[in-house]
Amino acid sequence: MEITLPSTIPLQAYLALAAVLFCTGVWGLINSRNAVRVLMSIELMLNGVNINLMAFSSYLDGQLIRGQVFAIFVITVAAAEAAVGLAILLSLYRNRETVDMERFNLLRW
Amino acid sequence: MTIASTTQLICFVALSATLVLGALGVVLLPNIVYSAFLLGGVFLSVAGLYLLLNASFVAAAQVLVYVGAVNVLILFAIMLVNKKENLAAIPGLGVRRLLSGAVCGGLFVLLIRVAFTTPWALPGPEPVGEEATIRIGEHLFSDYLLPFELASVLLLMSMIGAIVLARRDVLSSDVITGEAVDQGLIEKERTPLLLEKSPR
Repeated sequence: MEITLPSTIPLQAYLALAAVLFCTGVWGLINSRNAVRVLMSIELMLNGVNINLMAFSSYLDGQLIRGQVFAIFVITVAAAEAAVGLAILLSLYRNRETVDMERFNLLRW
Repeated sequence: MTIASTTQLICFVALSATLVLGALGVVLLPNIVYSAFLLGGVFLSVAGLYLLLNASFVAAAQVLVYVGAVNVLILFAIMLVNKKENLAAIPGLGVRRLLSGAVCGGLFVLLIRVAFTTPWALPGPEPVGEEATIRIGEHLFSDYLLPFELASVLLLMSMIGAIVLARRDVLSSDVITGEAVDQGLIEKERTPLLLEKSPR
């Protein structure tokens, strides 16, 4: 049986890769107990979305590359989010002496 | 099949293997320091994918911002809070993992189905290739000018917010003892803001 390889990388390959990255991020976001790992999972999800934007920009919008501009804005917002998120995390750690997500339940019930 | 396209294919396969394995490692490894370094690897392979898509400026921005700033910030946070603590076991953790795994698998199947059944308008217009950076500059200073300026305000706000959230309240001298504030006093000053019992 002979497998014919595609001559160029199909768009669907990038979309599937982004889907893998995004779903891994969602699973990590739900199941992590360390707060730092939650932030890392969010970064994984943002990168998955960025791969989608860049693939569409290259394959379907080759002249006006609007997807790349969007990806730059997403990177900017992700940097701001990481800074504020880690500051909140440090503040939480100073107050509660733990990074366990299960114990950050002050506002829960 | 030319040599160039074969090289492209090999690069894509290698980068995606690194990406998927690195992402799984970030989520699953028990040691969080390894997770943070693997996250840097994931960011670098995403930058490689951007290079494959002819987007050199975004690839450079990815390396500078994600690997240079976000990953280093995460490593610093780990060094600041990485205390060995035994997490208390909670009931139903395995069930929760299985359930969320099923939900994420369902989401994955849905995304794959959408990606493979939608009739994309391929092939699209000819990609600009090397001119991408020029086009991005034109976009940023014409039709995306307002978001560009708002992004600078957002960065300033998040910088001030991060400083306000993460700093300790430093007094010029201790209120009770009258002792001048130095590093030792700052480290001694560990009165939490929110605790069940009143701190003083």
